[in-house]
Amino acid sequence: MRKITFSEATREAMAEEMEKYPECFVMGEDIARQGGIFGQFKGLPAEFPGRVIDTPISETFIVGGGVGAALAGARPVVDMHFADFIGVAMDEVFNQMAKVRYMFGGQARIPLVLRAPDGLAGGGAAQHSQSVESWFIHIPGIKVVAPSNPYDAKMVLKAAIESDDPVLYFENKVLYKETGEVPEKEDEVPYEIGKARVEREGKDVTIVSYSIGMKNARAAADLLAKDGIQAEVIDLITLSPWDKETVINSVKKTHRLCLVSECVKQGGALAEVAAVVAEEALEYLDAPILRYGAPFTPIPFAPTLEKLYRVYPEDLVKGIKGVL
Amino acid sequence: MPESITKEQAKKFYETMCTIRCFEESVKHDFLNGEIPGFVHLYIGEEAIGTGICAALRDTDLIESTHRGHGHCIAKGADVNRMMAEVFGKKDGLCHGKGGSMHIADFSVGMLGANGVVGGGYNLATGAALANKMILKNDTVSVVFFGDGASNRGTFHEAANVAAAWKLPVIFVNEMNCWASTTPYRTTTAVENISDRAKGYNMPGVIVDGQNVFEVYQAAVEAVARARRGEGPTFIEAKTYRIEGHFVGDPELYRKKEETMEIFHRTDPLKIFPTQLPEGVEFTQEELDQILAGAREKIKKAKEFAVACEYPEESEFLTDVYAD
Repeated sequence: MRKITFSEATREAMAEEMEKYPECFVMGEDIARQGGIFGQFKGLPAEFPGRVIDTPISETFIVGGGVGAALAGARPVVDMHFADFIGVAMDEVFNQMAKVRYMFGGQARIPLVLRAPDGLAGGGAAQHSQSVESWFIHIPGIKVVAPSNPYDAKMVLKAAIESDDPVLYFENKVLYKETGEVPEKEDEVPYEIGKARVEREGKDVTIVSYSIGMKNARAAADLLAKDGIQAEVIDLITLSPWDKETVINSVKKTHRLCLVSECVKQGGALAEVAAVVAEEALEYLDAPILRYGAPFTPIPFAPTLEKLYRVYPEDLVKGIKGVL
Repeated sequence: MPESITKEQAKKFYETMCTIRCFEESVKHDFLNGEIPGFVHLYIGEEAIGTGICAALRDTDLIESTHRGHGHCIAKGADVNRMMAEVFGKKDGLCHGKGGSMHIADFSVGMLGANGVVGGGYNLATGAALANKMILKNDTVSVVFFGDGASNRGTFHEAANVAAAWKLPVIFVNEMNCWASTTPYRTTTAVENISDRAKGYNMPGVIVDGQNVFEVYQAAVEAVARARRGEGPTFIEAKTYRIEGHFVGDPELYRKKEETMEIFHRTDPLKIFPTQLPEGVEFTQEELDQILAGAREKIKKAKEFAVACEYPEESEFLTDVYAD
């Protein structure tokens, strides 16, 4: 099968959806002339003249304008440059984008995708490295996705664009450069928003993650396998609404749960998973839930400190062995 | 060159203003009587603005309204029965009782919603204008209403800049009513006229007497024509005064009631309408009384409709959070 990068996979998704929907367009900072700061929009402006739009540095317009464009009947994609900048347009996200459908009694349809490159990139420090997905799973009316590999990157983005609901699409900056198998268009399997995937089956412990956190999950499972411990690895893919059934079914089988993400552990996106498993499947657990995430601190600049912010597969292995 | 006004048009203006006035008086009475939940903000004394602006629009043109939005909604052509039912929180309301006064919308007439967030509408209207002009390729115009209080939101800057830079078909209608809730605009704003700011965006800034429906209408006709010609946005500042408190029940400890009433007696757009009629258009007092009586009857029926409607059923609680 052909291999392409995560970044290229998102570009393909954009091109295919823009081809399918003449009302689909994309706007954001530095996406047309530059092709996006990570190159993820390269080539699109030539392919779709007038539909890849460089905006001023105006995040409230980028998001609020996207909502207005959707209200007018377009299918917009807006790019946040860095996920860290969503905060500038927070009202547009949680009071406008998320609420107009409900508060207007279903009159509005908001087929809007907000793309947000996130995560540690090596020296990005406090305002260019964050993973902020957990803020948004607390908001009814929007959907939150965070794929972990090129194939999902493509299929999840296509599903997000095709959805008539607003979707926050978190794309990890390190994952952009990674390659993976992506089938030709005719062999693609569409992604259904809200579905998790059991990526690896096992019987001893369930490891749940998403986005870049999946690298830790996979690496830990490999290390555990060397010692004969079989970890089941679940890629959540959609963080809201998340696939409770798949996680609980796995916990019923393995009786142990380990959660890992790159975001701050306190109030992190997987805290909800821990809470729900404790509420609804506590009797199946043979050990306390393990949770790995970043310490409660802004992200430091110096490499010696940034490395302390990260979670490593060995941390998971140590913790899991401690509860077996 | 001002457009000549027929008696039929003038009659329609007066009818709309009377309908708004009667709607507001009815809502005020019923709110104070404990029949309406939440809080309501009245448009009494400002009727000429919404009426004059919306009279220059097509049904398919779009408006973004404010928390003080009943007048805009009526002027854009919403059904008053369903509007009243919404204000009462009833199932047959425009938003099925989920929005209420502050989040009233009627997409069928291009009324994209009141906004509970002051200054929340600029970017939505501008985004809709972008989509219509640049993506959907039609000549639909967007209007955003906002007060002098909202003019100090940063969202105005982002929307106005983009609208002017890309010559988008959007009209910024400032209802300069002199009060931001309890704060007089002069204590927070250095410019004499909010429309002075238009120059900074290279868009025309026009001042009109917001108590004169004909003057407002003529300014709107010109702004709409300019927008449809692809020449970009216009800023219309309509000078008016907030006659009622910020909300119904506001004790108004920050100003003197006699002063407000003195202004109202002098500037009530219904009362001074006969003095503003264009040359060649005349009404007898009897004709005007009849129009007002008709409006009162219409609103009486709207109230009866609203009262007779049921509240939404529990089964509707979780509908319309998402489209998919």
